[in-house]
Order: sequence, then structure tokens, then C-alpha cells
Amino acid sequence: MRAVIEVSGVRKTYGPTVAVDEVSFEVNDGEIFGLIGPNGAGKTTTMECIEGLRKPDRGTISVLGLDPFRQVYKLQDRIGVQLQQAQLQKRIKVWEAVDLWASLYREKAMDGKLLLEQLGLADKRDTWFMNLSGGQKQRLFIVLALINDPEVVFLDELTTGLDPQSRRAIWELVRGIRERGKTVFLTTHLMEEAERLCDRVAIIEHGRIIDMDVPEKLVVRHCPERTVVLVTDDPKAEERFRAIPGVEAVVRTDSRFTIRGRGEGLVTKVIHCLAENGIQVTDFRTILPNLEDVFLKLTGHSIRE
Amino acid sequence: MLRGLWKLSWIEIKVFLREPLGAFGTIVIPVLVFVVLGRLAGRRLAPASLAASSFMRVGLPVFVSLLIIISAVLSLVTIISIYREGGILKRLRATPLRPQTILSAHVIVKLILTAAALALMVLAGKRYYPVDVHVPVLSFTVALLVSTWSIVSIGFLIASLVPTARFAQPIGAVILYPMIAVSGLFVPVESLPPALHALARVLPLTYAVPLLQGIWNGDAWSAHIGDVAALAVVFVVCTAVSAKVFRWE
Repeated sequence: MRAVIEVSGVRKTYGPTVAVDEVSFEVNDGEIFGLIGPNGAGKTTTMECIEGLRKPDRGTISVLGLDPFRQVYKLQDRIGVQLQQAQLQKRIKVWEAVDLWASLYREKAMDGKLLLEQLGLADKRDTWFMNLSGGQKQRLFIVLALINDPEVVFLDELTTGLDPQSRRAIWELVRGIRERGKTVFLTTHLMEEAERLCDRVAIIEHGRIIDMDVPEKLVVRHCPERTVVLVTDDPKAEERFRAIPGVEAVVRTDSRFTIRGRGEGLVTKVIHCLAENGIQVTDFRTILPNLEDVFLKLTGHSIRE
Repeated sequence: MLRGLWKLSWIEIKVFLREPLGAFGTIVIPVLVFVVLGRLAGRRLAPASLAASSFMRVGLPVFVSLLIIISAVLSLVTIISIYREGGILKRLRATPLRPQTILSAHVIVKLILTAAALALMVLAGKRYYPVDVHVPVLSFTVALLVSTWSIVSIGFLIASLVPTARFAQPIGAVILYPMIAVSGLFVPVESLPPALHALARVLPLTYAVPLLQGIWNGDAWSAHIGDVAALAVVFVVCTAVSAKVFRWE
């Protein structure tokens, strides 16, 4: 696979504060890559260095074969950017913003009208920016980020401050961007967002990347614990469960059992045991660790702290 | 990037005119001041008094021109600060737009609005002003734009140094309005105390006032080369300094 973004040994300080420290990674063509971590971890600084808006103190960055700082205008022509907490002129109309943006790029590749329609803003064409809702503003910023039919799209904390419904709608849109063959680079502090959206993620904290991989692999690597919760009235069940190899704990509350163990095979082994002993269950579910747990494991604290 | 420049300027004009006090503050108020003061003064002062008629003929129009310039520059300072604070400048930078294009658009907008206010003033003057005015309108417009251009660069310097939008307007006002007092419009610069005199010498209004007065009176441009040069120096110095210290966010 071709790498469209290559970041190597990037460091950026603001006075005595080290915002980004020795960060290196690659983003491949056509993937959704997420930089995840708590607020202040260095996500936005990293992204803005890649977009050419900031100059790193050290290290090299290449985007589509261009140097983001020295060839920033050439780069801006080929990428689409959505910034965290950006605003537009309060009294600019939606269509005026789209029209202005469309005029800024060398090749106007996308039909602004169609984009507005696709993002559900067609009936807001004449609305002032200040009168749009949070979700509508975000969708307008996505339109602006896509107007030049960019090869790489940068999305910084795309859904922060949105209600769950708008959030889901926007996730759908981002998947649509990938389906059109674009590369998406996003940052988020929402683990659910990363899990649902990203093909690969890098976890960043205190300006350093702690680990990087496909979300599922990160979970397997760092959180081998598996939990099965089931309900049965079988009197011999507890004893049987304890006998399953790899089971570390069985907790019983009335007829509800919580079985904890390690490794991918645990769930299969539990099912096997149920079948072999003819144990009747009225409920069965598994609790799998997620990126949230990976983060907790890697940093010793929750991402929200 | 010329296309982006015109488009951005045009949008900025529209956005400005949509503001509740946008056109009113920068265009209507100075013109009203001009007409109302003119009529009041015309009635109070004996028409025979030479000083009074000279103030009516030249002083008041130039005073109002300064008000037009300063309110335009103050509005520029405020807009730039608000755009910076709101991340609008940053969002515009994350496009192929050159930074100088973004800022030039704002200067163009202010020059256009200044010219519009001036045109209105001249029109209103023809109709309502008590003293007959025969002004070389085109030359005076150029003089006004040259002065505005120079003072706008001070605006950029203020916008570069003032950290928040809240303080931009008052700080700008405190810096710019007192400049009128020492500009030589009301009291000749030579008769100011030495300290103020020295200060006046480095302020652009001190050169804008004789330029505007002279051109309004029908002087040739050649008589004011020194003033234009001084205004150009102010522009170059302020622009160079703000290019170094201007913050986009």
C-alpha cells in the first residue's frame, strides 16, 4: 500500500511545553486513520503540522509527496481540512461560503450544490452561518473540506459537541468519503468514534504515540481478558464453569454467572462446556474489551480524566 | 489568486453591511456629523469671521474625513480581532489563499467603504452644507485613500499586538482619536508643547491633515510630496512590523 502521509521524528514545543515529541507514523492510501487521545495530548498540533499550518521544530513530514511547510499552497490545493472549533463570518450565507471556497482552488472539482444536498443543507442555502445549529455548522465545514475533491481529508474532532444522532449521521458521511477513494486522517477523543470509524488508530498521550494498529488488534494485544455473562438454573453449572481451562473467576449472583478468563478461545470454551453438559441457559452474552480499556491499560487512567 | 481576492472582498462587504450598525457607524454617522455640525456652526458663527469660514470650508470636511478614516480603521481592528479569536482567519489560511490576500481583502473593503462615505459626504455637502464647496473630488478621494492606507497599517499593528477582541476596539480608539488633537487640525503643530510637538511629528495624521486640507483647497499634489512620503513611511514601517508580529490565532 502507498503511504500518502509520512511523519517521522516530529517534535513541536511551545515555550517550555513539549506538545509533540518524536512522533512517527504513516497513513496509507484509502484508509481512515485516527489519532486518538485525551484533550491536550498533541493531536491537533500533530495534525496542523501535517496540514502545513504549523512548522515542527524537528522531524520530517511528507504529504502526497509534498513538504507541507515549504509547499503549503500546492498542498492546500489537494487536501481538504476541517479545523477544530473553527468559525466562519457570522453573517455569511451558506451558499456564499461554498461559492467562496470553490473559487479558491485551482480546479473546482465538486458541485457545491450537490454537496450541500448530500449533506442535507440544501434548504439552508440562504441561512447565515450564525443561525445554523452545531450539527449544521459541522456539516457545512465538511462541505468546505470536500469542495476541491481532495485526495486527503483532515477532520479534527469532527463530532465534538454534537448529539448522538448527528454524530452517527456524520460517521456515515465519513465512511462515504472513504468509499469515494479518499484517505481520511482524523483525531478524536471519543473511543467509540475511533472504533466505529477507523481502519487504524494511533494512541497518543503527552505528545508521544504509545501504540498504533488496527483497533481490534490493539484490543487483542493489550486486553486479553474476556467475560461471559449467562443465566442458568443448572445446579452443577458453577462447578463445570470453574473446570474450564483458562477461566480465572466465576462470580455468581442468584442464577446469573459472570465468567472471566483470558484469550480468544474463552467464549468458545464456555459454549463447548454448555453443549457438552447440556446446560440450559436463558441468557448469554459476552463483554469484550474495547479501545477505552486499551487506553486505560496503556496509560493507567481513563481517557476522560 | 486575484479571483479569491475580489470574491473575498465582495463577501466581506456584504457581511459588513448585514451587521446591525455596520453601514450606519462607518458611513451614515460621519456624514450626519458633517451636515449637522456644518449647519449649527453656520448659524452660530458670524459669516464674516474669516477663521470661522475657513474652518467651515476646510476644517470641518477634513475633520469628518479623519472620523471616516478612524472609524474604518477601528472597524478593521475589531474585525481582524474577532476573526482571529473565532478561528475564521485560521480557517481561511487552511486554503490555497495567501495570507496577504486575506488581509488585503479587508483593506480593500475599508477603502471602498471610505470612498462611499466620502461620496455621500460630498453629495450631502452639495445639498445641505451652508458653505459653497468646490472640491477637486477625484484628487481628494485619492488623498483620502492614501491617508486611509497609511493609517490602516497602524490598525494592523494594533490588531497584531492586542490579544483579545474585547480590547481591540477601545485600545484602538484610545490610540487613534487623540491623534486628531495633535494633528494640527485645530491647533497648529508648531504651537504645541515640545513633547507633543515631537510626538505629532511621528504620527501619520500630522501628515494626513495638511494633505487633505491642501487638496481640498485645490493645492497641487507637488506641494504635498513630503506628506505623501511621510504617510508611505508610516505604511512601510507598520506593515513590516506587523508582518513580524501578526498572529493568526
